[in-house]
Amino acid sequence: MNRAAQNIRAVVAPVVAVLVILAGWQAAVIATGVSPFLLPRPTVIAETMWQSRALLFDATLRTATAALAGFAIASAVGVIAGSLIAALPILRRSLYPLATILQMVPLVAVAPLLVIWFGFGLPTAIAASAVVAVFPVLASTIDGLRSVDPGLREIFALAHASPWTRWRKLDLPASVPAIVTGLRIAAGLAVIGAIVGEFVSGYGGSHAPLGIVVMTAMREARTDLVFGAVALCASVGFFLFGVVSTLGWLLARRWHPSAQDEMEIRK
Amino acid sequence: MSDKPAVACSGLSCVFMGGVSALQDVSFRLPAGGLTAIIGPSGCGKTTLLRIAAGLERATSGSIQFLREDGSTQPLRAGRLTVCFQEARLLPWRTVIDNVALPLELAGVDRRQRRARADAVIQAAGLDGTQRRLPAQLSGGMRMRVALARTLVTNPAVLLLDEPCSSVDEFTRMQLDEEIRRVWQVSGATTLLVTHSVSEAVFLADSIIIMKRAQVHCTHVVSLAQGNRDRTTLEFSREVEQVMRALAHAAGVVTR
Ligand SMILES: Nc1ncnc2c1ncn2[C@@H]1O[C@H](COP(=O)(O)OP(=O)(O)O)[C@@H](O)[C@H]1O
Ligand SMILES: [Mg+2]
Repeated sequence: MNRAAQNIRAVVAPVVAVLVILAGWQAAVIATGVSPFLLPRPTVIAETMWQSRALLFDATLRTATAALAGFAIASAVGVIAGSLIAALPILRRSLYPLATILQMVPLVAVAPLLVIWFGFGLPTAIAASAVVAVFPVLASTIDGLRSVDPGLREIFALAHASPWTRWRKLDLPASVPAIVTGLRIAAGLAVIGAIVGEFVSGYGGSHAPLGIVVMTAMREARTDLVFGAVALCASVGFFLFGVVSTLGWLLARRWHPSAQDEMEIRK
Repeated sequence: MSDKPAVACSGLSCVFMGGVSALQDVSFRLPAGGLTAIIGPSGCGKTTLLRIAAGLERATSGSIQFLREDGSTQPLRAGRLTVCFQEARLLPWRTVIDNVALPLELAGVDRRQRRARADAVIQAAGLDGTQRRLPAQLSGGMRMRVALARTLVTNPAVLLLDEPCSSVDEFTRMQLDEEIRRVWQVSGATTLLVTHSVSEAVFLADSIIIMKRAQVHCTHVVSLAQGNRDRTTLEFSREVEQVMRALAHAAGVVTR
């Protein structure tokens, strides 16, 4: 089977699964007559989403901004800090265990602290997003850098290359597949972090992000709107994950044996 | 060929942490521009010797240095020295040409110049057409050729080769031996070749150092003229036989 057909299958299968689940849901709600307050029909949710499209579009944009900014900060900080920790044994011994422990602190518990530091609003959402997304990037960067082939390092040592040159031309490229893996995990976490940040920082008013839309709709007992906002939260995560995966694949394909076969064929 | 320096190794010893003595008072000379082979059982310290020469490992005592004609010495690391390891050690994400150009890149040669030079070296090595391939798209023997081309690109004064043929089949080995000879002759470098193979050593070397457990057992001067060595001749077989005899003696095996 060729790659194009494989790709189509990879897209079609989950789409069909989602449609089947939605149809089953719709049928179950109609059959059981369960209250729309507990479980609204998918068609009603869709209708609500359409009616509140201006509000939801605005909210999605805000949440996506927070998640994207948080992800960008986490990526930069994770790769830079990871490189320093991997390069300097002192940092590796002191900071890395600390980072591992800090990672165990639940974000929800830290979030109020972020409000104190960053105030009510977007900065807190960005900070919360960055805080949860940074660790997988950090860990995978350190992992990637530490598993660089020592034989290749000797090639650079023989050429008297500086640590900076070696980092740019060997360590970082060699770690690309590992870092991309970390970034993909971070993409999902960045959205979760942004929404938790929105929950605690409670900003918005007329320009509410998705986290606030969910909370407000819950208080107003508008379950259909809760579902609609949650669906959009998921799609922001899905979008970010998709973008990172695609970019990561484009970046890392030279490293990947299967991509090399493909390049071979194309020649 | 004598614009290249001779190399003197004197009293070289190396004891690793944990007490393994990999080299004990090893001394020899590499004549300027010559090809000297080192042969010996695995674990006798060949790689360690080469790594110390390259500055990748520290000697416990003794030294391996350039020997100038006036008798003065200079650390090997200060000169143009290149190493070809047992494995090709190519950067998997770089094309052949960018791998070959790497030493020039690290030496700060500008892109256009280093690519031109790398391209010339690649063509001379019979690798034309592979410039834009990735290492994973090449056979083991081809990768080794690329690695050899990379050692040549900086025009080295000293060339250290650590069993470059150990991971290829006999057929590819013969082809690689031709390539090693070419690399040596083109560069004119003072060359040290570590090998497992007696016939390879006899085919390529001016003289062969036979090692035995961290020490030099003896040195055999190959009596065949360079440029006139044919594995299928009787003279070649005789030479191989002599080296075999010395090896057997080193190994403590009784021969007729
Ligand atoms: N980094 C090291 N630490 C400790 N022992 C080593 C190290 N490198 C090599 N040795 C030991 O030194 C001896 C010589 O090894 P090596 O030079 O690799 O032999 P050869 O290349 O002749 O097969 C072996 O006994 C080996 O186990
Ligand atoms: Mg060895």
